[in-house]
Amino acid sequence: MSTIDLGMPAGSSTPPGPIADAITASVESQGEKQTALKGKDLKTDQEVRWCPGCGDYVILNAVQSFLPSLGIAREDMVIVSGIGCSSRFPYYMNTYGMHSIHGRAPAIATGLAASRPDLSVWVVTGDGDALSIGGNHLIHALRRNVNMTILLFNNRIYGLTKGQYSPTSEIGKVTKSTPMGSLDHPFNPVSLALGADATFVGRAMDSDRKGLTEVLRQAAEHQGTSLVEIYQNCNIFNDGAFELLKDPATGPMWTIPLEHGKPLVFGPDGASCVVRDDFGGLRIAETNQVDASGIVVHDATREDPSYAFALSRLSSQDLRYTPMGVFRSVQKPSYDAMMAEQLHEAQLQGPGELDALLAGGDTWTVTA
Amino acid sequence: MTGTNPTVAPSASTDDVATPVSSSAPGGLVKSVVELDRVVIRLAGDSGDGMQLTGNRFTSETASFGNDLKTLPNFPAEIRAPTGTLPGVSSFQLQFADHDVMTPGDAPDVLVAMNPAALKANLAELPGGGLLIVDADEFTPRNLAKVGYATNPLEDGSLEGWQTVSVPLTSMTLDALADSGLGKKEAERSKNMFTLGLLSWMYHRPTEGTIRFLERTFRRKPEIAAANIAAFRAGYNYGDTTEAFAVSYEIKPAPMKPGRYRNISGNQALALGLVAAGQRSGLPVFLGAYPITPASDILHELSRHKSFGVRTFQAEDEIAGIGAALGASFGGALGITTTSGPGVALKGETIGLAVMTELPLVIIDVQRGGPSTGLPTKTEQSDLLQAMFGRNGEAPVPVIAPRSPGDCFDAAVEAARIALAYRTPVMLLSDGYLANGAEPWAIPDADSLPDLKPAVDFATEPNGEDGEFLPYLRDPDTLARAWAIPGTAGMQHRIGGLEKADRTGNISYDPANHDFMTRTRQAKIDGIAASIPPTDVEDPDGDARVAVIGWGSTYGPIGAACRRIRTSGRKVAQIHLRHINPFPADLGEVLGRYDRVICPEMNLGQLALLLRAKYLVDVQSHTQVRGMPFRSAELAAVIQDAIDTGNPAAANGALQ
Repeated sequence: MSTIDLGMPAGSSTPPGPIADAITASVESQGEKQTALKGKDLKTDQEVRWCPGCGDYVILNAVQSFLPSLGIAREDMVIVSGIGCSSRFPYYMNTYGMHSIHGRAPAIATGLAASRPDLSVWVVTGDGDALSIGGNHLIHALRRNVNMTILLFNNRIYGLTKGQYSPTSEIGKVTKSTPMGSLDHPFNPVSLALGADATFVGRAMDSDRKGLTEVLRQAAEHQGTSLVEIYQNCNIFNDGAFELLKDPATGPMWTIPLEHGKPLVFGPDGASCVVRDDFGGLRIAETNQVDASGIVVHDATREDPSYAFALSRLSSQDLRYTPMGVFRSVQKPSYDAMMAEQLHEAQLQGPGELDALLAGGDTWTVTA
Repeated sequence: MTGTNPTVAPSASTDDVATPVSSSAPGGLVKSVVELDRVVIRLAGDSGDGMQLTGNRFTSETASFGNDLKTLPNFPAEIRAPTGTLPGVSSFQLQFADHDVMTPGDAPDVLVAMNPAALKANLAELPGGGLLIVDADEFTPRNLAKVGYATNPLEDGSLEGWQTVSVPLTSMTLDALADSGLGKKEAERSKNMFTLGLLSWMYHRPTEGTIRFLERTFRRKPEIAAANIAAFRAGYNYGDTTEAFAVSYEIKPAPMKPGRYRNISGNQALALGLVAAGQRSGLPVFLGAYPITPASDILHELSRHKSFGVRTFQAEDEIAGIGAALGASFGGALGITTTSGPGVALKGETIGLAVMTELPLVIIDVQRGGPSTGLPTKTEQSDLLQAMFGRNGEAPVPVIAPRSPGDCFDAAVEAARIALAYRTPVMLLSDGYLANGAEPWAIPDADSLPDLKPAVDFATEPNGEDGEFLPYLRDPDTLARAWAIPGTAGMQHRIGGLEKADRTGNISYDPANHDFMTRTRQAKIDGIAASIPPTDVEDPDGDARVAVIGWGSTYGPIGAACRRIRTSGRKVAQIHLRHINPFPADLGEVLGRYDRVICPEMNLGQLALLLRAKYLVDVQSHTQVRGMPFRSAELAAVIQDAIDTGNPAAANGALQ
């Protein structure tokens, strides 16, 4: 049975006082937690209403089949989403969920995760939701390192509003709102997250079940905020957006798989590699033109985010040289744990006495 | 003009009914003591002069002495406007008395002006004959020129209409601290404590509290503590020995109900009320807030109470503040967000989400002058309609308002009660006057506070016929939906902003369902009226023909005006609303009893609009938006006019 540890840092044994009794009673009312789940246990009776062929189906299936391996009871998982196609995700997961409002899921999840460190909190969002209307909440969630996992479905288009350019659309993209081409320089979500000092940043492809599952697993196990950018095909409004990387003929040429501890060699026959440039960044080289010792060995645990940031800058808007995998995974105290620690510290002298608080400092007594 | 013997009688323009001064000059003493029933003092200086601190200390001394009191801090939005200029003037007014007072007073009996700017900004409000104390040292040609005085008013005879006592406050402070080791600039900063000492002598205030306060505040800087205490004592001794003040004043303690009291501001009382609500509901308190004037003090206060399991989260913006609070509520906490009008505008969409998801949430709006950035440090009541209607769709939200600083405590507990029992966001409308104003507060027994535990009632068992959990199955009495929190096995469900199907909470676009759910959400809020007391009417004789109705912080000025009216032999009823949405069930019937209903508000008639719309009563609106509370004398004139002539036409801004 998993223990409820409200208001307490992990591993602490002192109860947080009477404040959480009502929650504890509710949470423990059912006795043993059922953590041996199958994928179907996570399905709901709701009809999935994404367009046929949408990349979201693939992601949903991958998540449903991978989550049971975490050993977390359904009732201890919460999925919070914003607005957009991807944000319908919670309805299809037999966990607790909130389909909230546009852009605000990281803020709502922050309050939930900070006040309930016993829960596994997930945010499902999209490129418009997370990077445009909700950009502020995303960067602040990342810098605070609240314990939650953010899945950012990036299809580089606004789908639910039927096809306007998004903050990840490439310059010059012709859409309903940009008949002469988009003028906006796009965000690179991984660069943005690293710029906010995110402690875990990964990227995966919707159709790559194995790679996606591996990144999700590491993200879920990470203590703190994890951001996973998932390239997701919108077959209605931006079909083939990631074809360069998906096509077996071109994919290996332009994809840089990130494996911790392995040299960054890629392409057919390992013809390409990543080396350091003269300005503190990274560049692509031909493997047979450089000394093997000059090839960068991937290290996701580097404290300084500059290396991971440099990796994220290798790719161009047209997706050539796109690193896939875990860019950064470093350990820092999570916000919720530190908040719980402060509460714990404040309660070392015993829980607060309401009568004493109300009386405050200077008082006087009037007698009859 | 120094050396006069000030004999201050309360001027006719102060708010409470003046009673004759009973003077006494005990024989044998060089100095005489005059007994007063009440005094209004205004301290005015540069915003760097520490006038708010001085005022708060004098307030504490006065409260612990046992006088009833009300305070009115008034300061600019700029932290440090250019020194010595009119925009930089900060003031603090308080009225204290040997009887209960309802307002900080319309106009001061005593004005302390620390520089020419403070004199210029405040003199017009000091009635003729009033006592004026000025710091003579600050009336330099340079300071006079800054505010456009061509000649020195201390010398040109222009202050002859007042009892002016010109005291070299700054240089006397410096003299007192000559041996303190402090530099001139640092020593000068203690002149507010010298002034406080002088006033403490004049009004026989106890001094131990201030000395303790200074020792506590500067415990890490003992030399500063010592200097301030020395200046404070020097000011007191100066009063005792100087010939400039021949008289001191005694204001006897006010009779109050037996009990233990403390001095409390509205923001403090709100914070304590929220902690109490958490304790009485058994839920952890979670505050999500973004700093904003004049609400930030609630965040500061709550952040100090972690030993009660209170979590405070300073968010990246107003939207994240309420979002985090709502997320915490989803997890079973008492979610709270605190802000002012501009913040409410930003939170609107999330309030709508809370309406749709039917989760408890307390939203505190400490109103200030608007629109837009408006007057951040000044008071106003102009967010009422925003609280009522400032959201897309039919999104009813209960609205309640406290009437005084101490009442903010009870209002906070009541807001939490409604939020938890009805699973709804609740708007609590305080304002800048309540937030920063202070009064004595009878400390309640924690055990006597409302028990909010029955309102929580988390769902832990499936409630559907087929063993399923129906999150939108309602309590037949309150219409509150079932509230199951994450972590509770078998109760997994999804909620959100899309329209919910009745009972299941699944997404529904069905027209009949939307119509039903919209009406049900409204009926749930309307039904709160069944849980609130009948309308609060104060009509001592029970046969008044004119009623004055108000809400929020106008309670004091309206009450003081009604006292004046009754003292003059006329009859008037005072109706004051705690609950504005829904109104008390009997309000329509109550309003119907009177020939005339006058509604004073610090907006352009927002409650009047609601009353007219709901009850078809010809409410006469009387309004002002000057960033300051009503003067009770002015309200009394409006009421008297309505009673005597049957013409309730307001002095300004009447709805025609």
